[in-house]
Amino acid sequence: MDVCGSSSPTLREFGCEQNLLSRPDGSSSFVQGDTSVLAGVYGPAEVKVSKEIYDRATLEVVVQPKVGLPSVRERAREQCVRETCEASLLSTLHPRSSLTLVLQVVHDDGSLLSCFLNSACMALMDAGLPMSCLFAGVTCAIDTDGQVITDPNAAQEKESRALMTFAIDSTERRVMMSSTRGSFTVHELQQCIAVSQKASDKIFQFYRDSVRRSQGLRWFPRQIGDESRDGTDVRDDPEHH
Amino acid sequence: MAAGFKTAEPLEYHRSFLKENCRPDGRELGEFRTTTLNIGSISTADGSALVKIGNTTVMCGIKGELANPPVDAPNKGYIVPNVDLPPLCSSRFRPGPPGEQAQAASQFIADVIEGSAVIQKEDLCIVKGKLCWVLYCDIMCLDYDGNLLDACLIALLAALKNARLPEVTVNKETEVPEVNLENRRSLNIHKHPVGASFIVFDDSIMIVDPTAEEESLSTATITVVTDEEERLCALHKPGGTSLSGEKLQDCISRATTRHREVHKLIDKVIQSAKTPK
Repeated sequence: MDVCGSSSPTLREFGCEQNLLSRPDGSSSFVQGDTSVLAGVYGPAEVKVSKEIYDRATLEVVVQPKVGLPSVRERAREQCVRETCEASLLSTLHPRSSLTLVLQVVHDDGSLLSCFLNSACMALMDAGLPMSCLFAGVTCAIDTDGQVITDPNAAQEKESRALMTFAIDSTERRVMMSSTRGSFTVHELQQCIAVSQKASDKIFQFYRDSVRRSQGLRWFPRQIGDESRDGTDVRDDPEHH
Repeated sequence: MAAGFKTAEPLEYHRSFLKENCRPDGRELGEFRTTTLNIGSISTADGSALVKIGNTTVMCGIKGELANPPVDAPNKGYIVPNVDLPPLCSSRFRPGPPGEQAQAASQFIADVIEGSAVIQKEDLCIVKGKLCWVLYCDIMCLDYDGNLLDACLIALLAALKNARLPEVTVNKETEVPEVNLENRRSLNIHKHPVGASFIVFDDSIMIVDPTAEEESLSTATITVVTDEEERLCALHKPGGTSLSGEKLQDCISRATTRHREVHKLIDKVIQSAKTPK
């Protein structure tokens, strides 16, 4: 069985925009290759008495598909995203309040759940909600030859015999959330987790860069893994003025 | 006095037991509750099974209906699982449309059926492009005391093994399918996926087979589904505290042990149901 040859995982080119919507308290748009998700966060706001929790905030996640009404598949995704966010948010700082996270699918070209997680994290940051850690979503697919493909597109997902999405936390790089489809061996699972952890380093660096430059709405058209990052500040950039 | 302490400080109550490395119901941290299985109790269904893991009771009924195969896969049938959590099983479920937990459980079961290839959908095809079986697998929880997903999987697997579908022939002249209810055949089960659920307590302690109280106090839940070749069919961890690699490995090894026990149980029950005939 062949194993993922390259040591550094290749992710599709991605981009992010924050604070693009005026009504939500925090919003973000996250694009991975052709997959694009728009996230909006409202909160902390008033909560219905039936839903309130006395010592923490109540987080509600709504996933809106591109076409049609939300179905059972969206509910399962909502549960995954909600529990990941609840684990990283310091919800005890906002008791008896509600936090609402709305995820709108703009285009689905594979790795949708990891795109949800990444856009959710950026939107929660944009809303200024207190978090104990950030999280990054990474999808791995195992194709029929046993190769591990990170960040697969829709065609690669369809051909794969196993598909796994992990949410990796920023503090200890451990697995916060795991959602899998298809069957695989324990060895393949460990490989995919290792690959996802490496990929999450790049995603966290991207979050950092993105927030630093969020005054200018910039896209990052270069492939992650570029060594040309030189740490210049956006204020020194002449074209920014 | 203990009952008062349990209601006022449930977390401390459980912690005091965990310090002694046991749980309020006397089990060890790695011990599963007694699992009992009963099959074929619903005579109107093509296959049925009732599972009890401790107090958690789940019933699965399988009905086969005829339909046209999907356009993009004319040689495949359908398997439609549905998990129902009625208000009967616990006060936390209200009457009305299925809540998030029921829908997420249904999606999980559907993913496990597809991922583990427990039944090949090609076996459900009767006439390519014209007629196929649709297996409606209705999984209903009768008593909710934690560890729903494991019970649902065992019930589904046992019901599928118990299911006997009538033979269907298509009348050449009238093109109408004829169902022979007397002549029934069992389904061909390729794999036997069995799940094991764990919770993480206080961000550090791993507990196997949680009850409903333990689930409500947990910081993370994990379900590992394995098949007889020690391949993983699902690793379901919908968020919560992060897990290290060793803890994950520990869960997987416990899941493989559990698989052997449950597989033996299912085979024993199916065997004993056949022998009186």
